Amino acid sequence: MAANSEIRYLTPLTVDTKKKKYCRFKRSGIKYIDYKDPEFLKKFLNEQGKILPRRITGTSLKFQRRVARAVKRARHLALLPYVTDLMK
Amino acid sequence: MNYYETVFILTPVLSDDQMKEAVEKFKGILAENGAELVNEELWGLRKLAYPIQKKSTGFYCLFEFKAEPDFMKKLETDFRRDERVIRFLTFRLDKYAVEYAEKRRRVRASKASETSVEAVEVAEETVEAKEN
Repeated sequence: MAANSEIRYLTPLTVDTKKKKYCRFKRSGIKYIDYKDPEFLKKFLNEQGKILPRRITGTSLKFQRRVARAVKRARHLALLPYVTDLMK
Repeated sequence: MNYYETVFILTPVLSDDQMKEAVEKFKGILAENGAELVNEELWGLRKLAYPIQKKSTGFYCLFEFKAEPDFMKKLETDFRRDERVIRFLTFRLDKYAVEYAEKRRRVRASKASETSVEAVEVAEETVEAKEN
């Protein structure tokens, strides 16, 4: 019975090659992140308005710090909320 | 001399004239203290992301200027003393921010002049900068 235990698939398994994450700021040569543009900063926030970790966005450490600073400035000026539900 | 930027939010209860007067007052403070005003933007009445002092809108003003570091303390005290200002942010621009501010000014200037070709270029540029 052990001979027949091999599992067969109708479609060949797609071995998903992981897409490498990259830092969008490094790639496009953005050096300064503007706090005055809340729509752009929303890409780095989750639904509750929390800053997404680097592990998800792939931002480099240097720019993660700058993103965080820009987001915090925008929050202070009420361009972005501190807490919210369903931001997008 | 350092490069500084300040944004402050005025209460929406003011009339247009009072608003202008408040902006002029701070411009006057800048001028008195030997600060060199580089750029001034009035964003107008905007909705706040969360209520501040039970107000849901505010009148945003942006100044970019060159000033001595000692002046910033004075400016911030003036902001705190003025009841019309419900929120403010002042900070020094680093070299990248200065570059960005200059570019932004140029973009806005060309937009204001409304040359259609330039506007298209600018739009493409900003899309590139954001999407890449």
